[in-house]
Amino acid sequence: MTGTPTRRRWASRRADPAAQEWAGDTREFDLVKELLVALVVVGVLCVALAGLFSSPDDRPITVARWAKAAPGDFVATAVTELDGTSRTASYGPPYNSFPGAGQELGPLPLQRWGGVRARVDTAQDFVLRPLREVPADPVLTGALSEWSSAPAAVQMEWATAYGDAVAKAPGGDPGAVAPGDYGPVPLLMTRLLGLGQTGALDGLLVSQDRFYATDYTKPLLFLADGTYLEDTARAQNLGGDQWGMMNETGSWPGQAWLWLYTFWYQVKPFSTSDNADALVWGLMAVLSLVFVCLPFIPGLRSLPRHLGVHRLIWRQHYRQVEGPKRPAES
Amino acid sequence: MTSSESAPVTGPAGPARSWTAYLRSRAVAALPPEKLLPDRQPAYVASWVYVFGVLTIAAFLLALASGTVIALEGPQWYHGSSIGLFFNSLHLWSVELFFFFMVIHLWATFFMAAWRGRRGLTWVLGALSFLASVGTAFTGYLVQSNFDSQWIATQAKDGLNSVGIGAWFNVLDMGQMLLFHVLLLPVALAALIAGHLILVRRRGVVPPFPAAGASVPDPGVVAPAERRSGGASS
Repeated sequence: MTGTPTRRRWASRRADPAAQEWAGDTREFDLVKELLVALVVVGVLCVALAGLFSSPDDRPITVARWAKAAPGDFVATAVTELDGTSRTASYGPPYNSFPGAGQELGPLPLQRWGGVRARVDTAQDFVLRPLREVPADPVLTGALSEWSSAPAAVQMEWATAYGDAVAKAPGGDPGAVAPGDYGPVPLLMTRLLGLGQTGALDGLLVSQDRFYATDYTKPLLFLADGTYLEDTARAQNLGGDQWGMMNETGSWPGQAWLWLYTFWYQVKPFSTSDNADALVWGLMAVLSLVFVCLPFIPGLRSLPRHLGVHRLIWRQHYRQVEGPKRPAES
Repeated sequence: MTSSESAPVTGPAGPARSWTAYLRSRAVAALPPEKLLPDRQPAYVASWVYVFGVLTIAAFLLALASGTVIALEGPQWYHGSSIGLFFNSLHLWSVELFFFFMVIHLWATFFMAAWRGRRGLTWVLGALSFLASVGTAFTGYLVQSNFDSQWIATQAKDGLNSVGIGAWFNVLDMGQMLLFHVLLLPVALAALIAGHLILVRRRGVVPPFPAAGASVPDPGVVAPAERRSGGASS
């Protein structure tokens, strides 16, 4: 073939029968009527489904509800926030720059590249700053001074020892902790639990230094560090290994369209990898790109012709073009 | 005042020179009214599967309408009001139906290889519409402000953070997610769907694959030479 590649490409397009204007038989078609009928049909269907099945609306878990329902879990979590061993404290970007933290996609440390843009200091933000807001409590003020004036190693010893003691206490009850050298930690925890149970901590975690607040990063991270939120979710089959991202509370349909994304979390190597999220997101990015660019990928773009489903869709057309079928030869 | 002074100033008839006229002539040439709002279709457009495209559009419009009513009252409305809960349910079910219809439409267009004949961009915009729909629905689940949204947010943050996106798209920030859900993503989605529909109207519905061993020629496929000589008939 002669000519420049561009000319050859255009010549090839002109020769493509599918690119030609259709000059065969046509039939009547009312676009506006079709849309209006579709609107009425789908509208009736929506009203019927909404009337019959309504929609889910489980109350959110507040810090107050957590502190009242599971005080042991609340205190155990708060201690890890104080000594910097909680999941959030060692999360890495975008909350902090914990050494070595952050998932990687092969050689690419994408999480670290994102940077620390929503800084969270768990000891200060979840425990100490809210406690400093409590007015007229000299005992608490003394405990806070004792904590802040102690060396970091001593703080860690107190918090770790108290955390272990709470774990060993009957039922994880912070009121039944064995005596020990915990410094001011028991008092700090008792006051924080009280603050949590009154509901004051809900507001303090959201509205630090501002009146209007729409960012729930801190209370949600605090809740997620405990086990109460996850236990409640798992009871509704919402866990990550229960296809949770595409499920909904109760029996309502959730985000079924996330089935493929959720699927990868159920199988190895994703289900056992420390970099599972990065791997799944990387894989889904590649698959999404393939999906979008399907018309331009040799092989894949020709697949529908071989699958033959088009013969079912256009069966009337093929019947007309190919004529009546001959009886099978014996 | 002379008659020549009061007469309207008109230019000689010929090609329009203003930017507006240029844009109009290009737009009309690319998509003449009979293509934009056709009253006839090729005869091969004769399967129920074609209905799922318009059903998807209808469900999208209903999701927009129910979402607009919820936006008028505010995101807390449906937690304490039976009417609010009903409109929230309408919104939920219109979205569920939107995805149901869209996925069937998507598979149908895949099986038809609807990207043939210079329709690749039509597929691309449709596929991007699907992905934008997933994002729009996802932010909707995040702003329900109930237990489900708490759980989804705390789980989803790990995926977004793992690839560095969470620093800019914070699923734990209700305010940011609300604005994404009610403004940025719906506008992007509506633009993608509009582009997809315009291309469908401009290029037409993809014709069937040529029949193998047909006893009569495919009536719609006209060779360029035959077309030039006026050999095609409708």
